[in-house]
Amino acid sequence: MGVDAFAAVCCAIPVLVSLLAVRVAYVLCRSGLPPSNPHAVGLRCLIVLGSGGHTAEMMNILTELQKDRFTPRYYVAALTDNMSLQKAQVYEKSLIQGDREKIIEGAQFMQIYRSREVGQSYITSIATTVLAVLHAMWLIIRIRPQVIFCNGPGTCIPLCATAFLLKVLGLGWSSIFYIESIARVEKLSLSGLLLYKLRLADQFFVQWPQLQQKYPRAQYAGRLM
Amino acid sequence: MGDGERRVVFVTVGTTCFDALVKVVDSEEVKQALMQKGYTHLVIQMGRGTYVPAEASGNSNLQVEHFTFSPSIADYIREASLVISHAGSGSIFETLRLGKPLIVVVNEDLMDNHQSELADELAERNHLFCAHPQTLLETVEAMDLNVLQPYMPGDAKPVVALINKFLGFPID
Repeated sequence: MGVDAFAAVCCAIPVLVSLLAVRVAYVLCRSGLPPSNPHAVGLRCLIVLGSGGHTAEMMNILTELQKDRFTPRYYVAALTDNMSLQKAQVYEKSLIQGDREKIIEGAQFMQIYRSREVGQSYITSIATTVLAVLHAMWLIIRIRPQVIFCNGPGTCIPLCATAFLLKVLGLGWSSIFYIESIARVEKLSLSGLLLYKLRLADQFFVQWPQLQQKYPRAQYAGRLM
Repeated sequence: MGDGERRVVFVTVGTTCFDALVKVVDSEEVKQALMQKGYTHLVIQMGRGTYVPAEASGNSNLQVEHFTFSPSIADYIREASLVISHAGSGSIFETLRLGKPLIVVVNEDLMDNHQSELADELAERNHLFCAHPQTLLETVEAMDLNVLQPYMPGDAKPVVALINKFLGFPID
């Protein structure tokens, strides 16, 4: 009996692994293609605010977004960044003042642990990274975003990776948009490079034409700032 | 000297610590050079730096003030005739948007010094002057504000249009 069970497991593992590989391949191919179902109502959006200049660029995108299509909106910023969510809150309040009928169709504001603070030691950063990844997974599972907007820095990586995992497991589909910071003229940031190389982003934008030439799968559609 | 016009040089380091910049603008040579260019006041936002500039020093008549942080940096930029800034994109674009002449000073002590990429690119397009702490004096002496070109702010509409197209939304 024990031998049978062992043999069964031995047979099952390669099958499972190949099924998973097929699924990962499918998701990678499917990413970068438009979602198949047209949207009658709004899309649940996750907007990752990256602090400082990153947040300023994201807010410029946000002001142009059609709010009825991209709703409800969930804002996430690092726990140590107390300016970004405040900016988003001020912006969302200004929307409500403009259109009183549409009050509270929902903007939510959340904070996320950061994997590593500037100057933190490598040993403790292992623990904080685990915490950050778990927290990111929890947020993605809770929000189940259909659209993710991010523009770095590192905070967006565990969020995008978890969203990708959900796609592989068939638990939810999200389109990931990454817009590389305008500060990157010649080289991608580490977050940008990871998302580009791992093909996690459905659409990848850069803000300088010379950068687009180096990364042909990226798109250039002008500057945000 | 003629005491009509108040011409302010505003130095900003954002939320960073950039003592090398504060020190060099506080040096007698740079202050002299700024005076020769007709500036009357020097206002320094020193951020997390520890070097405190001398309030009124030596034989220069440049009026020097300093502070650490302010929620209304934009007001200081608006009041300035020249901005000397660290290379953070926030400070750069805020200054360019307000149409002020700008010298960006790159902080060489930063580990990941990608910031000079942006300053170099914008300097090449004549939107600003780019300097290092050691070269600020030369830059101030040699600068000709007439070569600066106004910066046309970017526009998020094309990116948002592509995102909408990708998601299958009709084009407005």
